[in-house]
Amino acid sequence: MAERKITLPLTEKLAKTLHAGDRVLLTGTIYTSRDAGHKRMCESLAKGEEIPFDPKDATIYYVGPTPAKPGQVIGSAGPTTSGRMDAYAPTMMSVGARGMIGKGARLPEVIDAMKKYSGVYFGAIGGAGALLAKCIKKAELIAFEDLGAEALRKLYVEDMPLVVIIDSEGNNLYEEGRAEYLKEHNK
Amino acid sequence: MREIEVSKITDVVEKLCIDANEHLPEDVKCAIKDCRACEDGEIAKGILDNIIENFEIADRECVPICQDTGMACVFLEIGQDVHFVGGDLSDAINEGVRRGYDKGYLRKSVVKDPVRRGNTGDNTPAMIYTEIVPGDSVKITVGPKGFGSENMSAIRMFKPSHGLQGIKDFIIETVETAGPNPCPPMVVGVGIGGTFDKAALLAKKALMRPLDSSNPDPFYADLEKEMLEKINELGIGPQGFGGKTTAIGLNIETLPTHIAGMPCAININCHVTRHKTEVI
Repeated sequence: MAERKITLPLTEKLAKTLHAGDRVLLTGTIYTSRDAGHKRMCESLAKGEEIPFDPKDATIYYVGPTPAKPGQVIGSAGPTTSGRMDAYAPTMMSVGARGMIGKGARLPEVIDAMKKYSGVYFGAIGGAGALLAKCIKKAELIAFEDLGAEALRKLYVEDMPLVVIIDSEGNNLYEEGRAEYLKEHNK
Repeated sequence: MREIEVSKITDVVEKLCIDANEHLPEDVKCAIKDCRACEDGEIAKGILDNIIENFEIADRECVPICQDTGMACVFLEIGQDVHFVGGDLSDAINEGVRRGYDKGYLRKSVVKDPVRRGNTGDNTPAMIYTEIVPGDSVKITVGPKGFGSENMSAIRMFKPSHGLQGIKDFIIETVETAGPNPCPPMVVGVGIGGTFDKAALLAKKALMRPLDSSNPDPFYADLEKEMLEKINELGIGPQGFGGKTTAIGLNIETLPTHIAGMPCAININCHVTRHKTEVI
């Protein structure tokens, strides 16, 4: 199946056209955050404060890149395990953040929130940090500099190769892909 | 007695930290390419192609293969006729890690306290494993270990009555529970025997052994082959999207154990199974 090019922001309309198993090339602005950054943002939201970027239709990439070498936009930048952000993802979606890029399984409560807010969970290839860095054309540190690799960055990506793992209806490639393989090979 | 300056250890550790993070061992590259040739699903083939392209970029441009440049696991086999001079050995190893992670633009992923957190800022301390062996040389292996896969590892203290079947079921259960989280295709290190802690160490050492090698005991060599086949029948596939290639290798290491027990540890690694060795 051919890859489909999509451009952010991830509006509700765009989200609803994406289905588990779709291979996409994503272009647009995304924000990086992982454990410590999510904890801080959710603490701010709980106090009624703003977070460092506008969450409406935003896509968050779960990544902690390596430091950029001289001449590089960013260092190696593959996804981290998304499950560690499960405690925060429903809160982030409740304020408008719709896209998540990571790898690994999600809890049912995250999938429920995705159905409620038309969220999409994309998979980037875990362990392909050198390749994924090539798609990142701009990187700007916007908050939490003290967190080092976990600081919040605004990235501009072009044709980032992703696979839709869980769509806004809750269909899950981790279940469907494996089931399909087993069906094919146990005939 | 041979005297070795600890500054020499620092230099070697620094170099190995950078090397290991940029250049995947040949046996791991071959195993990935062999699996790509056998894969038939479109998504699975595409993922493995991207994984191959990724380690080729890292090789060519000397950049980290993965952004999780790991905790620095440093194994030293120290000849008993060696006398270290010029400072503290642990300090020298940590200085090597500090320099390697700085000069190599590697990610600093270590926190100073497991509960209270707080990044140490230089990826120290290293996890240091020493072994005294005959001779007057020092063999140093640096194996940076990422935690997406480390987190999916498991250990269990079996009753001897659980027997071989207990071990087999535990391996499958651990890989299945890990699922897509450790960035499959994975490498599985299995340690059986010894004590609680030694079983875990064996599992980690199993990950340092080349994937094209077998356990010297035919019983365990057969078990390695059988379990790798069984794992690859699970259908988890590259990245968990379905396919043949759930693991590219499985190594087993064993030790004698107590009459009352059968410890078994499983250390999971991803397709970026890194380690570099140098002998001084």
